[in-house]
Amino acid sequence: MSTTSNAPKKNGIVEWIDYRLPIFTFMNHELREYPTPKNLNYWWNFGSLAGIVLVVMILSGIFLAMNYTAHVDYAFVSVERIMRDVNYGWLLRYIHMNGASMFFLVVYIHIFRGLYYGSYKPPREILWWLGLVILILMMATAFLGYVLPWGQMSFWGATVITNLFSAIPLVGEPIVTWLWGGFSVDNPTLNRFFSLHYLLPFVIVGVVMLHLVALHTHGSNNPLGIDTKKNPKDSIPFHPYYTVKDMFGLGVFLVIYAGFVFFAPNFFGEPVNYVPANPLQTPSEIVPEWYLLPFYAILRSVPDKLAGVIAMFGAIFILFLLPWLDSSKVRSATFRPIYKQLFWIFLADCLVLGWCGAQHPEGAPLLIGRLATAYYFLHFIVLLPLVSKFEKPRPLPESISTPVLKTEKA
Amino acid sequence: MSESAHASATHGHPGHGEGETRRDFLALAATAFAGAGAACALWPFIDSMNPAADTLALSTTDVDISPIAEGMRVTVKWRGRPVFIDHRTKKQIDEARAVNISELRDPAKDEDRAQKAEWLVMVGVCTHLGCIPLGQKQGDPTGDFGGWFCPCHGSHYDTSGRIRKGPAPLNLPVPPYKFLTDTSVSIG
Repeated sequence: MSTTSNAPKKNGIVEWIDYRLPIFTFMNHELREYPTPKNLNYWWNFGSLAGIVLVVMILSGIFLAMNYTAHVDYAFVSVERIMRDVNYGWLLRYIHMNGASMFFLVVYIHIFRGLYYGSYKPPREILWWLGLVILILMMATAFLGYVLPWGQMSFWGATVITNLFSAIPLVGEPIVTWLWGGFSVDNPTLNRFFSLHYLLPFVIVGVVMLHLVALHTHGSNNPLGIDTKKNPKDSIPFHPYYTVKDMFGLGVFLVIYAGFVFFAPNFFGEPVNYVPANPLQTPSEIVPEWYLLPFYAILRSVPDKLAGVIAMFGAIFILFLLPWLDSSKVRSATFRPIYKQLFWIFLADCLVLGWCGAQHPEGAPLLIGRLATAYYFLHFIVLLPLVSKFEKPRPLPESISTPVLKTEKA
Repeated sequence: MSESAHASATHGHPGHGEGETRRDFLALAATAFAGAGAACALWPFIDSMNPAADTLALSTTDVDISPIAEGMRVTVKWRGRPVFIDHRTKKQIDEARAVNISELRDPAKDEDRAQKAEWLVMVGVCTHLGCIPLGQKQGDPTGDFGGWFCPCHGSHYDTSGRIRKGPAPLNLPVPPYKFLTDTSVSIG
């Protein structure tokens, strides 16, 4: 076991291929010797976890599609057939259903990790943008997929979300008709949603590749938020140190994921979606899946239709400006006493918005939702620019090794 | 072969600036032409997502209104969405007509919304985000103005289907319809 030498083993066939298509050199460079900061904590597990969940979603989805029928008369029954008659169909569907929730959970943690440690700051702005593009594609894919079982919530969720576009002045109505392919959510809508739901995950894979290229250009950020290229002692090879750490995290994650799949498969779902779609009857309450609730709360807290839609989309698009709204040179919140507090308040604000999104928009929840929406934008537009200007950050260590050595002396 | 290569070489050399501008112009013109062509080729794909001919062909619905008694409300399906037919009582008509229309969010006279005062025909889709307002069935909530109430986000409509309270921006739309006979309506 010569684990210390990180070079790939010599092998005639491998060398023959590698000379013509340098895939093994590439893999060795990006997955084995890729220099990684030595101080990454467990919050850095969630990027690779997200990638693995994406693969699980694509695989389970491909097999579900083999038994699914995208037609208003058969969609609901075909899903029930998957649940009752198809061998292990129930397992595939529960993996896919809960996988969507797990995907968002993992990605939201990954994003908040980036917010805390300033991973969006130079030179990683495009890396951050690509991540946001992935988030938007994920939301679109999840929404399209939720429509496919053609239950009541599928139908009415599709109706409400597509109607958001009717808020656009002048061209709103023709756009909605174009999205539907008719005058209401109907068979043409279901067909195209299935087509797009199958397409978008592969688009996500493409953007993930770009995300990785951007990541590997300047390497991972780290909990101290300092550049590690200056000191060679600050980096360790990705394999075996982080492959092992990622695998361990994956094991823990799979326990939780499997727990939902096998013991609470409908925990995240809405019971009313087991009622077949009825275009003539709206369910008493239309609620999106949990991962969209904060945005739904923002939509509903603005009394004007168009302004509400703008606020909801603005809540995501403002994140693209984050590298400029937060102009502090210091990345990690560890060294930013005021930003650190703002981060936790902002996280709480997002959770409050999520809670409001699940409530009936009247009385106290409506008022709380409005305040939380106001704070969401206040955080980005007012607080972050001011704090990044006036905050006095704590002194940064020169390298990752330095603070460790100091504590050893003391 | 060699002749033409020679010719282009001698052409390219003298007058650098002129040659560059001519080449730039050709490159720009070719790119613009290809771009416009690509945009045109995109249109059939986009338009294929608009309603198809068979979807458009289903665009009228005829309804026999003779069994609808005064005070009764009936829902029929037109273009995949519900249409409310309301045989209004005298009281409901009077209420709808007594309103000062300048106070309305989407001002419209009841006289303009109902061809015959006792018959109100509207698309039963909330103008906020497309839910179906309640009020068609006996015992449904009808909102603060005796018309319809949308449970999704709390819009109240009056007995003329006009928006009175809540987030919806517009009145329930009146579809194109005509009375074929006294007891039959054609919607669409």
